[in-house]
Amino acid sequence: MSGAGLAIETHGLTKVFGRQKAVNGVDLAVPRGTVFGFLGPNGSGKTTTIRVLLGLAAASSGEIRLLDGAMPKEARSVLPRVGALVEGPAIYPFLSGRANLQRFDAADRHTSPTTRNQRVDAALERVGLSHAAKKRAHAYSLGMKQRLGIANALLAPRDLLILDEPTNGLDPQGTREVRSLIRSLSDDGTTIFVSSHLLAEVEQMCTMVAVMSAGRLVAQGSLEELRAAGTVRVRVTTPDVADARRVLSGLGLHPEPHGRDDVVAAELAVPGLLPEAVNAALVRADVRVRGFEASGASLEDRFVALTGEGFDVAG
Amino acid sequence: MPAERSLGLTLVLSEITVLFRRLRTWAMIGALALIPILIAVVVRVASDGSASGRGPAFLDSITQNGLFVSLTALTVAIPLFLPLTIGVVAGDTIAGEANLGTLRYLLVAPAGRLRLLLVKYAGAALFCLVATLTVVVTGAIIGALLFPVGPVTLLSGDTVGITGYFGRLLLLALYVTVSLMGLSAIGLFISTLTTIPVGAMAATAALAAVAQILGALPQLEWLHPWLFTNYWLGFGDFLRQPLVWNSFLDNALLQFGYIAVFGTLAYGRFSTKDVLS
Repeated sequence: MSGAGLAIETHGLTKVFGRQKAVNGVDLAVPRGTVFGFLGPNGSGKTTTIRVLLGLAAASSGEIRLLDGAMPKEARSVLPRVGALVEGPAIYPFLSGRANLQRFDAADRHTSPTTRNQRVDAALERVGLSHAAKKRAHAYSLGMKQRLGIANALLAPRDLLILDEPTNGLDPQGTREVRSLIRSLSDDGTTIFVSSHLLAEVEQMCTMVAVMSAGRLVAQGSLEELRAAGTVRVRVTTPDVADARRVLSGLGLHPEPHGRDDVVAAELAVPGLLPEAVNAALVRADVRVRGFEASGASLEDRFVALTGEGFDVAG
Repeated sequence: MPAERSLGLTLVLSEITVLFRRLRTWAMIGALALIPILIAVVVRVASDGSASGRGPAFLDSITQNGLFVSLTALTVAIPLFLPLTIGVVAGDTIAGEANLGTLRYLLVAPAGRLRLLLVKYAGAALFCLVATLTVVVTGAIIGALLFPVGPVTLLSGDTVGITGYFGRLLLLALYVTVSLMGLSAIGLFISTLTTIPVGAMAATAALAAVAQILGALPQLEWLHPWLFTNYWLGFGDFLRQPLVWNSFLDNALLQFGYIAVFGTLAYGRFSTKDVLS
């Protein structure tokens, strides 16, 4: 695979802590210009992957290219073009919001000190923190700290933004603002890599997704591809419920009990069987079809199918 | 590759700003300033004109000449208070940023790991100088306020004027600052080992105490020249006429050795460390 056109590219990325593989053979390919959702339950290795991508932790094995530069070898030339929010914001509580950003900006040798104040104020403005710029950051609410963390990622023009759970702690308005911020940054040509466990959010923002589960990348592609990979469901509305059940069973499907007595539904779990063939079979058997619906699995169904049911955090 | 616009001195300035915007830093400087004030006030209040011959070095000279307050205060501060404050600042360097989580943002900025270590050490070194000067300058002021001030008789028996004596006091502050450089490097190294700043601070301060205890045991005389505390109280050379630089140079060489060893260890540890906080 050629690296051209990819903002993030990893091959066999693995990170081992003791005996546990927190990240296990991950091959990410994030095309430039996309808003890329990085999904996975808590503890699936998303944040560890991001830490390794940014050179904060060393990979146990595997290769990483960020904006066509090898990481962590070329960090000095790559990282100034990357803005990041990693595992929530971090602040100096005794400094004001503005002074916090000035501090982080001073750490980057590539930024100009002469434009620092202007850029800091612009970043604060962009996340709606201007009015609280002079306030000490320890007085900030969780949402304000989150905004400050996003502002930090926007201190300089970036080619790539890596945002780990950007809407954490934000109220609904804040969440909407972040979504529109991401959209406008994406319109400017910035590649945005957003990790999240909130499916609805990813569905609204992202064009491509990758799904992590227990350290492995279990799916990667466009949202449509991911949805299409799931099973389709057919839903038949008919007065001849018993006949319809018989026809579906005859095709090898397993009709499910349904709350309404004029509806039969089933997962289209037979390979090669298309919804239109099901409809034709029903009509041939003189079932009076009043409604026929074939729907793709929701992203949530797909997500659960890929990462497993249950509430347990992957150890 | 974007151009690197500066040598990165702005990060040094930022480090100094952050250090001196902390209430904690000023609390420690205030506590250090209290040492000469406390000594001067107690001597003034309890003074009955007679020298007891007990207590810290130079204590008895204060009543005759207020200029000795600085010297007495330094002698008192060197074994405990100065190492304690240096332990706090040096122990906090990396561990403190890790604890706040700000370390990850400095590194992805990217600050560069070596550059960040150097900047952190520079900040700690500056604090050593400020801490020492605080004791000396406060001592000079309170001494002049409470006691007569005049030409000073040195250890060699010669007498120098007030300006000459102040010159020597500043040299002495430099001596003490250099003395604390080795401890700062140790603190920096310990700070790369943990994300709990209090642990690094306590370990650094404790090491200063251990080194002084070892230095007090005559059975370990072979070890003494290697202890970073060995020359801590050896600044008497600056109170002779003519100035003797021997202990200053020996001390500087020893401290440089500690900086080299622990600086290397700190870099070895920090350059490969997984930043997970």
